[in-house]
Amino acid sequence: MKSKCLWVLYKKEMADHLKSRRFFIILMLVVITGFSAIYAAAYGISSAVEQENNSFVFLRLFTTSGSSIPSFVAFISFLGPLVGLSLGFDSINGEVNRGSLSRLLAQPIPRDTVINGKFLAGVSVITLMMLSMGLAIGGLGIIMIGIPPTSDEILRILAFLIFSIFYISLWLAISQLFSLLLRQTATSALACIAVWLFLSVFIGLLSGVIADVLYPADKVETVEAVLRNSKTELMINRISPSTVYNEAVITMLNPGVRTLGFITQDQLVGAIPGTLPFFQSLLLTWPHLVSLIAATMICFAVSYVYFMKQEVRM
Amino acid sequence: MDDKRVVIKTQGLTKKYKDLIAVNNLDLEIYEGEIFGLLGPNGAGKTTTILMLLGLTEPTGGFAQINGLDTIKETIRVKETVGYLPDHVGFYDDMTGRENLRFIGRLNGLEKNIEDRIDNLLERVKLTNVGDKKVGTYSRGMKQRLGIADTLMKDPKVIILDEPTLGLDPEGINDMLGLIVELARKDKRTVLISSHLLHQVQKICDRVGIFVGGELLAIGPIDTLGEKVFKDHDLTLELSVSPVDDKLISLIRSINDDVKIRTDESKIFVDSKEDIRKELTKVLCDNDYKLLFLKQSGRDLDDIYSQYFCAKEGVKK
Repeated sequence: MKSKCLWVLYKKEMADHLKSRRFFIILMLVVITGFSAIYAAAYGISSAVEQENNSFVFLRLFTTSGSSIPSFVAFISFLGPLVGLSLGFDSINGEVNRGSLSRLLAQPIPRDTVINGKFLAGVSVITLMMLSMGLAIGGLGIIMIGIPPTSDEILRILAFLIFSIFYISLWLAISQLFSLLLRQTATSALACIAVWLFLSVFIGLLSGVIADVLYPADKVETVEAVLRNSKTELMINRISPSTVYNEAVITMLNPGVRTLGFITQDQLVGAIPGTLPFFQSLLLTWPHLVSLIAATMICFAVSYVYFMKQEVRM
Repeated sequence: MDDKRVVIKTQGLTKKYKDLIAVNNLDLEIYEGEIFGLLGPNGAGKTTTILMLLGLTEPTGGFAQINGLDTIKETIRVKETVGYLPDHVGFYDDMTGRENLRFIGRLNGLEKNIEDRIDNLLERVKLTNVGDKKVGTYSRGMKQRLGIADTLMKDPKVIILDEPTLGLDPEGINDMLGLIVELARKDKRTVLISSHLLHQVQKICDRVGIFVGGELLAIGPIDTLGEKVFKDHDLTLELSVSPVDDKLISLIRSINDDVKIRTDESKIFVDSKEDIRKELTKVLCDNDYKLLFLKQSGRDLDDIYSQYFCAKEGVKK
């Protein structure tokens, strides 16, 4: 009975998302920017491939930025949140304002199926979107650069897509939380955008300032001071899911990345330049994946508890 | 009355918010097949009571049962048998009326015969011809009727309607009230209506409860209700007599010393503890006064209305 209710709600939410004009607009935005990024990257790569014999060409499709267009990864890291936020910012308060939530909860269904169904539908839409975009880009890439991906590259692209799904789902969970805490859909949309702008743009500006205040490194430039300053800055930046996502995705898509954070010169002594195998890259980014999932779970858990305790009043 | 089965029962039901007692120690019994009106001004705690009956909010004290099931502990089983029409009911505007009903039907586990039931219900609430139009295009009255169809999808034994006539035009109100009477009389369902529109709802209720400030002031069939509510109040007789002179006043006083008498240009108002109509008319007749008009006031529904429904809201504003 319970799973059947969940299925009914899930189907309705999926239909709502896929039919909504809002989702269509956001999807178009992402698709157009994404494909233009891929096109620009492919254009740059096909000339580069002829000059140097480089492995992992296919992966560079995602990470290379064209002359004036940022890379595909950069676009997803910036616009991905917008997809998640647009799917969730009115999920609960929209129903409250329409007056359909009390009608819904008067039905013999466990209350949590409502919020579970909504979240699952959102995650499914995100998954659908990322997987289909990944496949489309892969196909386009093969046509444009003429080199098929190796199995290692396919694994890395899959990992990238999975990271992206969790990353966007985190923003979905954040927006769903706002849709519970704030009564007006416009307010929750604004709050979501504020959080998004802060975490993807302003935190980068602030972190440097804060690090300089805490560990000033401009007067006495000892190694420790500089290192501590940079580490603080990085840690502050890592509060933002965008930073976490970017680090992880760059590591996955660029096998040349061997460490994250800072290393001193003497740590580098004796290291042979080379690429990491897939599982070593995955190992390097495992904390990132776990923290993205954990942050999503925390947001969802807070909404869940709040929703279960909330009094449903018009 | 005694052999009737109790369907909705609350005992000591209390809901407190931080600095407000929304519902105070409510004891209520509603019998099978009756239309019960929970009447009171805005903010009296009617909706809070209904939410507690549906298990949508937890009481701070006491309990509520529907068909013997506790509304908090067995909320899902309660909701299987209770249809609820919230005030300002909302539908998914971009779905048709039929799709909205189908969605609710599926949530109630209906699979077979779901289309037949939708057709029947749409016909019953006279929406057959707009069933395939989007709900966004419906008028308020149509939405409210669709709401009734919506509550009936699960074929409930108990129906709770929160302000069902609010915002409807006179014709819509009559349609709605007609539907509600049909639900109780023809289908033998138990109906609980909450409303602040006493005059609209009273004519269809078997019993009403007057609910003010979280307390149930009186409960019973509507015609005996006035006396219960005002049993401590004075009776007021409004009369006009010709001629009016000092002798008349002293004659009235001779019936009962306790009476208070006021006069204005055309009428005399007599406040008394007891009903003195019989004595009064006799005295007037015996003394050759002509009685033009006599009305007892202070104990009928209009007085309940003005005392609680109008005055309280006026004070709050």
